[in-house]
Amino acid sequence: MDNKNFIAKRVAMMLHDGDVVNLGIGLPTLVANHIPEGISVTVHAENGVIGAGSHAEEHNTDVNIFDAGGMYITTAPGASVIHSADSFGIIRGGHINATILGALQVDEKGNLANWTVPGKKVTGMGGAMDLVASAKLVICAMEHTAKGNPKILKRCTFPLTGAGVVDLIVTEMGVIRVTDDGLLLEEIADGYTVEQVQAATEAELKIAPDLKVIKFED
Amino acid sequence: MSKITTAAEALSHIKDGDTVMVGGFLQGGSPEYILDAMVENTARHLTIVNNDMGTPNTNMVRVLENGRADKLICTYIGQNRTAQVMYNENPESIELNPQGTLVERIRCGGYGIPAFYTPTGIGTLIAEGKEIREFDGKEYLLEPALRGNVGIVRASVVDEFGNCYMKGSTKNYNAIIPQACDYCVVEAEELVPIGSIDPELITVSGIFIDAIVVVPKEA
Repeated sequence: MDNKNFIAKRVAMMLHDGDVVNLGIGLPTLVANHIPEGISVTVHAENGVIGAGSHAEEHNTDVNIFDAGGMYITTAPGASVIHSADSFGIIRGGHINATILGALQVDEKGNLANWTVPGKKVTGMGGAMDLVASAKLVICAMEHTAKGNPKILKRCTFPLTGAGVVDLIVTEMGVIRVTDDGLLLEEIADGYTVEQVQAATEAELKIAPDLKVIKFED
Repeated sequence: MSKITTAAEALSHIKDGDTVMVGGFLQGGSPEYILDAMVENTARHLTIVNNDMGTPNTNMVRVLENGRADKLICTYIGQNRTAQVMYNENPESIELNPQGTLVERIRCGGYGIPAFYTPTGIGTLIAEGKEIREFDGKEYLLEPALRGNVGIVRASVVDEFGNCYMKGSTKNYNAIIPQACDYCVVEAEELVPIGSIDPELITVSGIFIDAIVVVPKEA
């Protein structure tokens, strides 16, 4: 299993039956492919779909149904469609159980930077600031480093998307929880040592006394 | 009084310096037919309010290329090369808002609420210079409502009174902007007689629609 699918699978196992989840663009969308059997989640697309399905194929494309990346999608059974004010009311109102998104940087205070890099092309924050401010659970699903450089820092240097908003960081190396005392390594991926994870992380990691090993059969 | 008109006539309601709100989310539900006419046919020094300024092939790129706007209020400009140029020349010409904040500012503008508190953006650049107030131990930002002089939206089916049915995720900002603008034109994929749309299915009441432009079938 490649790193991205490994991360997506571990994140998917954190979801509960009945959850309403928002999946960011890129790696987080893979989470939908790994939802465990017996668990049913409703995927919220912030442009106004509650119950987003998979990407549409040519034969079932409806140009009036698309996701927040502008991709044509199908709707899942039980879906509903709403306007943007309702969609963000759902977000601010705390009705999203989990938001899963990538990060450029995340730090030991749970600060998240994922919308802009100083000096690079400016795009915009879209709906990310709303999602991280108000979802019940914010999970950063990302590769542990960028070109070998740590992304999990003592303090973010890029402009923040949200302050103190991240609950969990899931990477190909393990699962890290943001606590009042800093970052706690709760799970480590099979094949890595704690020293290797720390070496790839700028912030200091505390190690859970009952550190678990993540190992997937396939 | 018929609301049915042409894109050119509807766009003549835009004056220099106006704030123009445009519905759509990327290409979805974007009023491309009227935006095409807007490239050549409107006033200048506009403030344009739109979620994302479109995609490389949408007409918002051409509207901006033609120098219609001095300022953009939006959440994203990643796919509009002209907006990127505007930003590089003068960062103050682009006012980026979090998406939920932008759409709620417009909603409030239409519904008589002058400002609202939101948790979005606390601890970020968005909070700079804004009033912060604590409720139940949590901090919120005060964000002002936003109104437009002219709104441009798109609907799937429109009756001659202006009642709009907007399918699927084309509701996005199209369902919010009409209430927040002094004058709003809808481009209709399909025009039907009054009474043809089940009142239960109407997304936006015709009371908010001042003008209807029917999109030719091939457009």
